[in-house]
Amino acid sequence: MTDTTAPRPPALWRRAWSFALDIWGILRRPSSVFSLGILVLSGFVAGIIFWGAFNTALEFSNTESFCTSCHEMRTNVFEELKTTVHYTNRSGVRAHCPDCHVPHNWTDKIARKLQASKEVWGWLFGTINTREKFLDHRLELAIHEWARMKANDSLECRNCHSAQSMDITRQSPRAVEAHQRFLFTGERTCIDCHKGVAHHLPDMRNVPGWQ
Amino acid sequence: MISHIRIFLAALFMAGVSTLVAAQMAPFSELRGPIPLDEEGPAEPMTPEQNTSLREVRNYPEQPPVIPHSTEGYEVSIRANRCLSCHARSRVRDSQAPMISITHFSDRDGQYLASISPRRYFCTQCHVPQHNVRIPVENDFVDIDTLLSRESPGGRR
Repeated sequence: MTDTTAPRPPALWRRAWSFALDIWGILRRPSSVFSLGILVLSGFVAGIIFWGAFNTALEFSNTESFCTSCHEMRTNVFEELKTTVHYTNRSGVRAHCPDCHVPHNWTDKIARKLQASKEVWGWLFGTINTREKFLDHRLELAIHEWARMKANDSLECRNCHSAQSMDITRQSPRAVEAHQRFLFTGERTCIDCHKGVAHHLPDMRNVPGWQ
Repeated sequence: MISHIRIFLAALFMAGVSTLVAAQMAPFSELRGPIPLDEEGPAEPMTPEQNTSLREVRNYPEQPPVIPHSTEGYEVSIRANRCLSCHARSRVRDSQAPMISITHFSDRDGQYLASISPRRYFCTQCHVPQHNVRIPVENDFVDIDTLLSRESPGGRR
């Protein structure tokens, strides 16, 4: 295929181009066989099928089993999650990966999914494919997530933990005071104080509020 | 000869009685309960951590203060120290928590450092949260004030 002496590649290219032109000619010619109704209806049905397939694929990529199918996620962050209250607790209500890491709104979700193509790249080239590499990158990864949650006012926390439904009379005195001073006044958002609630922390030396 | 046999029988009898008595008396440690030594008993149910946030009295002046709040899920590792994010010098304004003692800034040569000394970094080596538990061994410790206020003995003379 890399033979450059023969004039075949240009010929192949020209043939492909003429084929594309043919297709384009068919596409822009009005139909002489199918009625407009059939075309509209079939377009509608095809649209439903395409949308269904797209959404199914999207939802599949939004499951914990998909996230933990890579060993980077399974052996690092998922193992850490298992020890925390977001995985095991008295009532058995738990958070799955996308509950916190993928926005639930459609447009935001698509934006995040597009962003995640960088993560596929990282997986392909083994950026964090050992524990050591993961730990080296942990601060950077954490900073991305903190920045995202800071920017959307900890939306993913608030999908479950609503300030309106929070009964502070059932909280510990420390929590009551902190929430009254910082959460209800809007001075801070959840992630400002609640870092490392589902995974181990990175090196926190230069993170504000930490030593 | 006969006396020898008598002594032997008497000794045998005594041995039998004492084994019986020993069997009647609790043959197990009170701490482990009636579980034979080669078996593992059921674990005691876990109790919730005390979470009053009210500082407790120290039993003696040198006692490391106990932690009056829950520390569940608090990471204290080489990378992060959750305790210090409230109790560090620079953090007490936000947290209103007691600052770690200045004695904790001193290294083992008596040199005072800018922040907590590495030998004091792992807080829960000395400071521990409290649980309400059934005490397996009674403790008759009395603090110095109680001791001094006693009439006698060992009280104020």
